Amino acid sequence: MTSSPANFRGVVIGGSAGSLDAFNTILSGLPGDFPVPIILVQHRASDDNGFLASFLDDNCKLSVSEAEPGDLATAGCVHVAPAGYHLLVETDGSFALTIDPKYNYVRPAIDILFESAADYYDEALLGVLLTGGSDDGTMGLKRIKELGGTTIVQDPERAEAYLMPRSAIAAGVADHVVSLDKIDKKICDILGVEQ
Amino acid sequence: MSRIELQDFEIRLLLESLRYRYDFDFSNYVQASLKRRLLHAIKVSGIEHVSDAIPRVLHDEAFFQKLFYILSVTVTEFFRDPPFYKTVREEIIPLLDKFPIINVWHAGCATGEEVYSMAILLHEEGLSDRVRIYATDINNRSLSLAKEGVYSIENLRDYSINYQNSGGKGSLSDYYYAKYGLALIDPDLKKNILFSNFNLATDSVFTEMHLVLCRNVLIYFDRTLQNRVLNLLHDTLVDDGLLCLGSRESLKFSDVVNNFSPISQQWRIFQKNPKKAR
Repeated sequence: MTSSPANFRGVVIGGSAGSLDAFNTILSGLPGDFPVPIILVQHRASDDNGFLASFLDDNCKLSVSEAEPGDLATAGCVHVAPAGYHLLVETDGSFALTIDPKYNYVRPAIDILFESAADYYDEALLGVLLTGGSDDGTMGLKRIKELGGTTIVQDPERAEAYLMPRSAIAAGVADHVVSLDKIDKKICDILGVEQ
Repeated sequence: MSRIELQDFEIRLLLESLRYRYDFDFSNYVQASLKRRLLHAIKVSGIEHVSDAIPRVLHDEAFFQKLFYILSVTVTEFFRDPPFYKTVREEIIPLLDKFPIINVWHAGCATGEEVYSMAILLHEEGLSDRVRIYATDINNRSLSLAKEGVYSIENLRDYSINYQNSGGKGSLSDYYYAKYGLALIDPDLKKNILFSNFNLATDSVFTEMHLVLCRNVLIYFDRTLQNRVLNLLHDTLVDDGLLCLGSRESLKFSDVVNNFSPISQQWRIFQKNPKKAR
């Protein structure tokens, strides 16, 4: 898989059980002037009082905040789906939130972000799927690949919960299977970013 | 041309058909979520291609009704966001108390759970004798479910946790009768509630309101439609009337933003400024 780095315009990341650590490991390995926006979904309880965003913001060089409806994704920023809401990328690239029913038993659902982001970013999207105990994210990665984007899946062997990455690999939608400690480097390599 | 590009084209044609045939215009809705709903509706209707729905929409009104229901349905729960209701109890009730009569409008009431939650709260705070609640939705099927007030008992047990966390003064089971695994809302609670159809995109102010709840409705609309709706809600409110939006919704993109003062920034509760202050 070879891609011209300049082509990428966005990164989406999804994780479930055990993913707080994984998000922290990856994001703290990325430079503060990361050239494209990062959009993130984590499965969690319906209200976390903004904990996830503020925790990650304290621990990495990027600016992390919850996505607000109507706002545009910004390079060097990490936009987090608020607890209890699905996050989508609207056809003009702005964020949309919904309280539509849970999907794959969760809200926010990774598939819902990934599929809408794929529709907006086309081949210029990198999708990253991390540890988790369901099969959410597989259909989203499939969509990203169908539209020409690139995918990374955490190596299930050493993931806290292997089901989610294994589901994506079994579906044949993983371009790169990478262990957690090397995902930040892989993202930078694919995007042509100095770490 | 890719399958996805073709599908997007089919969706555009279907939405245009809905507009042309039934005058329902979804063009000011958030397109990404509308698309998800539409594809879901197509799937549950057993139709293969989106474009196969076009002749059915044009010639079969019952099919249109079914499709419209899926496109416009919203889900909710009793005492959704318990701290919001707690804030209403502590900070909004004293402000409402000074009005001799209190008109409440629940705009986008879905299947009624939040309407009954507010009715329970107003009852417990001793205001129910002075209150009239107008509950509206665009979706007639949701409205008739709301009016019936019959819910699955399993869910209600989950919601009693919400009720307790919202500062409830009794037990949620005080307000329904359990029968055949269903919970029937106490008819006394329904006395002051009027359910009716209302389209926020096209209809106009119908009476003056003291409290308006429009929570998690604007997130489905683009800025143009949000601005229209917020102007409508502004116009229907009396001076010092109160507006409650969803916790992720705001006035910031509307031209009425300066006509309100925030009461709770976190729970997006605003008070309409009196005319002389504006």
